[in-house]
Amino acid sequence: FYLTPPQVNSILKANEYSFKVPEFDGKNVSSVLGFDSNQLPANAPIEDRRSAATCLQTRGMLLGVFDGHAGCACAQAVSERLFYYIAVSLLPHETLLEIENAVESGRALLPILQWHKHPNDYFSKEASKLYFNSLRTYWQELIDLNSGETTDVREALINAFKRLDNDISLEAQVGDPNSFLNYLVLRVAFSGATACVAHVDGVDLHIANTGDSRAMLGVQEEDGSWSAVALSYDHNAQNENEVERVKMEHPKSEEKSLVKQDRLLGLLMPFRAFGDVKFKWSIELQKRVIESGPDQLNDNEYTKFIPPNYHTPPYLTAEPEVVYHRLRPQDKFLILATDGLWETMHRQDVVRIVGEYLTGVHHQQPIAVGGYKVTLGQMHGLLTERRARISSVFEDQNAATHLIRHAVGNNEFGTVDHERLSKMLSLPEELARMYRDDMTIIVVQFNSHVIGACQNEE
Amino acid sequence: AAGMFLRLLSDVQWRAANPKWRGVTGSRRSTSTTADPPPVSLPAQAQVVICGGGITGTSVAYHLSKMGWKDIVLIEQGRLAAGSTRFCAGIVSTARPLSIELKMAHYSNKLYQQLEQETGVQTGYTRTGSVSLAQTQDRLISLKRIAASLNVMGIPCEIITPKQAAQLHPLINIHDLVGAMYVPEDALVSSANVSLALATAASRNGVHIHERTSVSHVMIQRGRVTGVETDRGQIQCQYFVNCAGQWAYELGHSGEEPVHIPLHACEHFYLLTHPLKEPLSSSLPTVVDPDGRIYIRNWQGGILSGGFEKNPKPLFTEGRNQLEIQNLQEDWDHFGPLLSSLLRRMPGLEALQIMQLVNCPESFTPDMRCIMGESPTARGYFVLAGMNSAGLSYGGGAGKYLAEWMVNGYPSENVWPLDLKRFGTLQSSRTFLRHRVMEVMPLMYDLKVPRWDFQTGRQLRTSPLYDRLDAQGARWMEKHGFERVKYFVPPGSDLLDLDHSKTFYKPDWFDIVGAEVKCCKEAVCVIDMSSFTKFEISSTGDEALESLQYLFSNDLDVPVGHVVHTGMLNEKGGYENDCSIARLSKRSFFMISPTDQQVHCWTWLKKHLPDDSNLTLEDVTWKYTALNLIGPRAVDVLSELSYAPMTAEHFPSLFCKEMSVGYANGIRVMSITHTGEPGFVLYIPIEYALHVYNEVMNMGQKYGIRNAGYYALRSLRIEKFFAFWGQDLDAFTTPMECGREFQVKLDKGLDFVGQEALLEQKQNGVYKRFTMFILEDHDTDMDVWPWWGEPIFRNGRYVGKTTSSAYSYTLERHVCLGFVHNFDEKTGEELVVTTDFINQGEYEIDIAGQRFQAKAKLYPFSSLFTHRRRKDEVELSGYQRE
Repeated sequence: FYLTPPQVNSILKANEYSFKVPEFDGKNVSSVLGFDSNQLPANAPIEDRRSAATCLQTRGMLLGVFDGHAGCACAQAVSERLFYYIAVSLLPHETLLEIENAVESGRALLPILQWHKHPNDYFSKEASKLYFNSLRTYWQELIDLNSGETTDVREALINAFKRLDNDISLEAQVGDPNSFLNYLVLRVAFSGATACVAHVDGVDLHIANTGDSRAMLGVQEEDGSWSAVALSYDHNAQNENEVERVKMEHPKSEEKSLVKQDRLLGLLMPFRAFGDVKFKWSIELQKRVIESGPDQLNDNEYTKFIPPNYHTPPYLTAEPEVVYHRLRPQDKFLILATDGLWETMHRQDVVRIVGEYLTGVHHQQPIAVGGYKVTLGQMHGLLTERRARISSVFEDQNAATHLIRHAVGNNEFGTVDHERLSKMLSLPEELARMYRDDMTIIVVQFNSHVIGACQNEE
Repeated sequence: AAGMFLRLLSDVQWRAANPKWRGVTGSRRSTSTTADPPPVSLPAQAQVVICGGGITGTSVAYHLSKMGWKDIVLIEQGRLAAGSTRFCAGIVSTARPLSIELKMAHYSNKLYQQLEQETGVQTGYTRTGSVSLAQTQDRLISLKRIAASLNVMGIPCEIITPKQAAQLHPLINIHDLVGAMYVPEDALVSSANVSLALATAASRNGVHIHERTSVSHVMIQRGRVTGVETDRGQIQCQYFVNCAGQWAYELGHSGEEPVHIPLHACEHFYLLTHPLKEPLSSSLPTVVDPDGRIYIRNWQGGILSGGFEKNPKPLFTEGRNQLEIQNLQEDWDHFGPLLSSLLRRMPGLEALQIMQLVNCPESFTPDMRCIMGESPTARGYFVLAGMNSAGLSYGGGAGKYLAEWMVNGYPSENVWPLDLKRFGTLQSSRTFLRHRVMEVMPLMYDLKVPRWDFQTGRQLRTSPLYDRLDAQGARWMEKHGFERVKYFVPPGSDLLDLDHSKTFYKPDWFDIVGAEVKCCKEAVCVIDMSSFTKFEISSTGDEALESLQYLFSNDLDVPVGHVVHTGMLNEKGGYENDCSIARLSKRSFFMISPTDQQVHCWTWLKKHLPDDSNLTLEDVTWKYTALNLIGPRAVDVLSELSYAPMTAEHFPSLFCKEMSVGYANGIRVMSITHTGEPGFVLYIPIEYALHVYNEVMNMGQKYGIRNAGYYALRSLRIEKFFAFWGQDLDAFTTPMECGREFQVKLDKGLDFVGQEALLEQKQNGVYKRFTMFILEDHDTDMDVWPWWGEPIFRNGRYVGKTTSSAYSYTLERHVCLGFVHNFDEKTGEELVVTTDFINQGEYEIDIAGQRFQAKAKLYPFSSLFTHRRRKDEVELSGYQRE
């Protein structure tokens, strides 16, 4: 079984999406030029989600990737809801009041977010009322709290993450009279999702990360070369600080059982996540909810299963780690991607491939024969290979697609091998997950001129 | 070739050690002709100053000094034979498309061959021959056409099979070839050493050569060169010759009064290799693979191979950068496709080791032909530049022609195709040049089929009706920057796009043009002919008439309102221009000339008209839109639109009148059509153009009016045996030689330019005769079509070449026009051509190697003039332009 190059392209490009920020968006000149995103499924259906939106009542742009596990329900819910929670957390008191008054009197609502969605990125219609009510409760609380202080982005992000996870948990405990919705909220709570979210506003870049997706900054050095700067920390067993944190939160007696085979309680790879109430609720609560829940839930061995050595829940949190970075003109792009990418490629290669793609081919080092002994045949081979590299760049109009092509198709020499690409993409559904994970990538491109100008102003 | 390349390599090594700067203490020449510093001081004055010590500059100096001019200074900004000459690939190739180019290359080859003997300077001249390969049948046709013109010039040349090509060069892969052309006398030579040899000889003849001196600008006073300003002082001079190669454009613009020399540089790459294990013989022929875009020559046991890629890199658009030229980078990625092509042609070279990729900029011109001649704005300012990478092949011959031009007033051959005056200021935009040369460079090796057009630098000059015509399906060609319609594609017609209509055979527009011709014959057609050059000459007294009577061969003292076809002749009686002149009033004349005459005719008139403030000459080309109404119903359309009787009694042939058409007044209507068909040309002030066009089209509907293009016009004029200046007529053709004695006022007792020459011809007869040929056994559908430049054979012997051709839809035959000579069978001397000589011969035309029987005629078919007018009124002018 063999895929032709056009077939390969149609698979790779099926989910690609690009957004170019208008040069002048009505408020300010944006430090973001635009972004490319794409995802390649390995699971069927894919468990990764992605979101991108512009905040309309505050400045800034939100972008995020969400890696679901034990189903896609949680990742789907987070991808729909998280940005609203963040946006609301960022809103000043007056705007919150205005919105509440509008809802109260049935007037048209101020739009909060402008979404940038691929047609395949859907929102659940059935749950929208439920989700809205939870969100409204949140902003009502914020109005009541009225701290009067200007909103700190870091705090807003942390609050939004925690609040959403809390709402997911509550909704599952309360249930819903509508049986479809009831089942939905339970699936959301019992499945899990990591989140890696970027908030860009001028030169201020915040990354809020929960789990093992990663944000990587592409920096162009003065000599034109590329270096990768990580703007997030993986929350998994490889992160000593994270292991330390988990151990600190539980009695010493559990020390040995907390992390087994690099997994939380020997089960979960990410050490922080949304949902996953099996790692958060007490055993009693879990049993009660499952018993009163629909039959499907009762029949599911996974949900009924209580993790071993489960003594002092919660073991898991959705609280993000927030990293702030002040953008500089040499910061050319930001890559947000789920672990599906990072486990196949080194961060340095990722940044170099995107950097070379975005700056175009002319940065390819010219060849000079100099004093070397080169034959016509060798030179011909070298040039042919360089041309192939160029043509693979030209094949893709989307940096994320280009990156996926490399991640899936790279041979040992770091060049895309069509045969390998074809094999990897034609794996049957049940085998695909063994060779690769779902992969979701967003490449945000920055406007160095704007960033440079911002710097100079200050 | 060894000498030059040894020097080149020593320099290259030296450059590697001193990358920043080169040339201050560069390697010493073994064959230096002039002393290096301390510099000899410049003379205060000289007759001629030549700027540029490359192949063209030294060739001009060499030939001028040979012709007896001694007071010459040659100035070179760096060292002799630097620039493109230094890096030239050293191939002398005679296979050139234009006959004037072919003659220059042939002369160069002969000159270089004996140069070493003449000067003692080693030139490394080796006669290797060259093999041009054809990968396609169309390419083979184009090679056969070139072979035919080489053969009739006595240059050995043969079309060979791929197998024979393999025998000539052991490394060629012949599997994808359909044939080849072998030119055994082509040669290799070191261009730098040729240049040094020419300089040596010139120097012996008294030419002063100054290196490391640069011209900052040329001084011009009252339209004449007076001297040059250099970084080492002034030199007063009468003549200046700009041979500055790729810097010629800038040098031309350095003075207060710019001299426009439209050329632009592009990077050009070639590869040098180490010798093969078994070194290649230095006598192996050069291989040209135009379909692969490359040339390959032997070089010191290895090869030298370069080419003309599809995506050239223009450079120096913003101007000169002397340092940059020394530091041009090798660009292997750019050279990649040419390298693939080389290895495909010679797979055996895979293991050959690379020595260097040389980047040597070459200058290109807007029409792929070199630029020579005198500036139209500054007398005494001559130019020879823009060699389109064939500087070595043309250098010798071009230098000779330019020297003749300066010494004798005109070269011994017709060099109009190369004349600087074919360009105006309009081709001088940097953007235009940059875009155009990117098309021209690949064109060096592109297949050139009949009627190809440039695609870049278009839509510069257009008629006000351009959009209107375009919307009706017009397909366009360009002349002197002006967009002109070729034909109109009828709505719904599925005509192949441009690439597919490229053919040597019957083109896809055949039926479309046929329909337009039919409409011209039976109803009425409109052709927009606004591109023609239009001048007005007037005076307060009789000065205009008197001057024109002297400058033009036909009698212009005609009643007001009459139109006269006349030549503008030179002293030898040859056509400098061929035009129609209308007498608007006693003291003013309206003159219509071919489109590309705009600069030449203006210059000629300015030069020859008396410097008289009572006399005014104005270029009104841009003021009028010209609509040509051709066909028997034109008279009906026009009379309905003007409420004026337009019949022959009221508006005879060759008549001009200002009248109203529709609402528009002051339309100049002339009863000529440039085709021999009945009809009128309307000269419309441009603001009325759209109105008049709309009126004509509306009114014409009931008479079956339609748009037509130049292809229809061409077919009509050629079947009527009308000659066209620039194609059939040139400065070496007299009215006597093309059957136009009736357009010359020899019997009027008036003095005019060229009269003596014509009188002599009248007495002694002519040595060539313009003749029309009707192809007899040519199959329009199956055979290669004639174009122009095809050899004519009379009783099996070569007698001349065709100058234009077209399919006649009326005769249903191809018609070729051309000149018949009478070469003495033994001596080759030209003899008088009589009517009997023409009539008593069996003729054949050679089209791409195949000969077709042709019937010769000295007069057009009278049956073609079947319209209602009396015979003596018929426009028998033979005047036409395209």
